[in-house]
Amino acid sequence: MDLILFIIFATIAVACGISLVVQKHPIGSALSLIGVMGSLAVLYLLLGAEFIAAVQLIVYAGAIMVLFVFVIMLLNAGEEANKGRSWPSRLLGIPLLTVFLGLLAYLLQRMAPSMGTVTFGAFNVGAKEIGRSLFNHYLLPFEVTSVLVLIAILGAIVLARKEID
Amino acid sequence: MNFFIISLIKTGIVAGAFMTTLAYLQWIERKVLAHIQSRLGPYRVGPHGLLQPLADVVKLLTKEGFVPSHVNHFFYILAPFLAVFFALISICLIPFGPSVEIFGVRTDLGLADINVGVLFVLAISSVGVYGIALGGWASNNKYSLMGGLRSSAQMISYELPMAIALVSPLLLLNDLSLRTIVNEQAGYYLGVIPRWSIFQMPFPQVFSFLIFLISAFAETNRVPFDLPEAENELVAGFHTEYSSLNFAAFFMAEYANMITVTCMATVLFLGGWHPLWPAEYGSDFVPVLLMLGGSAVLLFHGVMQPLKGRPWDRLTMPAAGLAFGAIALVFLVPVLKPILMPVFWFVAKAGVLLFIFIWIRGTLPRFRYDQLMNFTWKFLFPAAIVNLLITAFAVALQGPKN
Repeated sequence: MDLILFIIFATIAVACGISLVVQKHPIGSALSLIGVMGSLAVLYLLLGAEFIAAVQLIVYAGAIMVLFVFVIMLLNAGEEANKGRSWPSRLLGIPLLTVFLGLLAYLLQRMAPSMGTVTFGAFNVGAKEIGRSLFNHYLLPFEVTSVLVLIAILGAIVLARKEID
Repeated sequence: MNFFIISLIKTGIVAGAFMTTLAYLQWIERKVLAHIQSRLGPYRVGPHGLLQPLADVVKLLTKEGFVPSHVNHFFYILAPFLAVFFALISICLIPFGPSVEIFGVRTDLGLADINVGVLFVLAISSVGVYGIALGGWASNNKYSLMGGLRSSAQMISYELPMAIALVSPLLLLNDLSLRTIVNEQAGYYLGVIPRWSIFQMPFPQVFSFLIFLISAFAETNRVPFDLPEAENELVAGFHTEYSSLNFAAFFMAEYANMITVTCMATVLFLGGWHPLWPAEYGSDFVPVLLMLGGSAVLLFHGVMQPLKGRPWDRLTMPAAGLAFGAIALVFLVPVLKPILMPVFWFVAKAGVLLFIFIWIRGTLPRFRYDQLMNFTWKFLFPAAIVNLLITAFAVALQGPKN
């Protein structure tokens, strides 16, 4: 059952990922990205990490992508025009892709046996434990990250603000 | 195997009840609005217009599914599906009652109980905006696009105070699973005052309940925050170009969202299925008395004081009165009591909240768009944060629970 679900949602994730690159229209790409994130959330769920799955949906699919879609709609971005590829990209693209894929396969083959496998439901920790460790063990990184986010917000406000004369 | 069969039966019951409620909620809304405005409302189809929802469904089904030219076909068709899918899915997490024994089989009243239930409902409600936004965008209509944009901006903005208002009761109740949340609200202070989160010490969550309710109006695109479909500005907003079943899907999604939100408010703030006062003081007889009262009123008006010009009342009203009396007697059967009482209290609380939704629609005018945004960012959001801080402070002062 777990394996069947994994195969289904992994396939959906990969298919959405390919569609994200191939799609001509920005909205189509954005929706494919949402598909990728949704199926990733299901994969987290299969691993037993319900909290991460829910947060994945809330933060990425629910907040960030809504903003993306909003901006695409607001700017009314049209379909991409197919400009055709330049000759260096055609000449170098296919060999480079082959080399990259080969390297990836080689590394995976080298690393995979030593890393061991993950079983379904392996990370079965509740939200309580995550919260505890976030506020005890990782307090400093957590606070530093929040300060970073705050600085980013301040920067956005400064950039977006109208000049006051 | 047993588990699957029970789940299938429960799903069937909940789906059937949910769909019927969806259809009749619209009838109730039209009736209540009509009476607020001194009209009669739907009256022609069936006794007191009771078959109106059926007629509406048949009308929408038999209409031509018209697709305007130059729309983005794929997204145009996908949008209503998304809207209705995300609207219907949350109901499977709502617990309607405690675990009960039916024919020797022990089962929870409610479909699923996952240990991050609250987060899951939040996730679904935040993804739910895509249906409306895509529908507005794909319709190739400026008004629709404006409606879709407004709705996504509004839903992102109101998500924040709503989520923060949800956190405060969670601090008191100490869990994310909806069933555990309701169980934590069992019991009474001084034997009378229920320990629901809006009454629970150390800091009663009245403010966060109000903030949640206000945000819920915006999340479900209801008056006074129904800017996405403001008729006087945007024709009909995001569903201007939809007809037939596609339109029905949007309509259904709105009502389904309303029911989900009221169920969430009931679970988180109003103590789920726990009665308003303990059973020792006779809270078990409330439904019986209510139904008998309704029965008496109907019988009196049907038999003794029939209105002129409504000849069928002589027949329908006593019949309805007898039906009410029969329902009252059902509540007295001792075997059914442990199942019916929690469900009654849950439905009563959710029903009161739904009535408030309709009542406000009949009372308040629509906000202006800038007022809407100012209200959430400059008042609701800070208020929710202050409430959260005070709650956290109170909980910390109280010390760890057991």
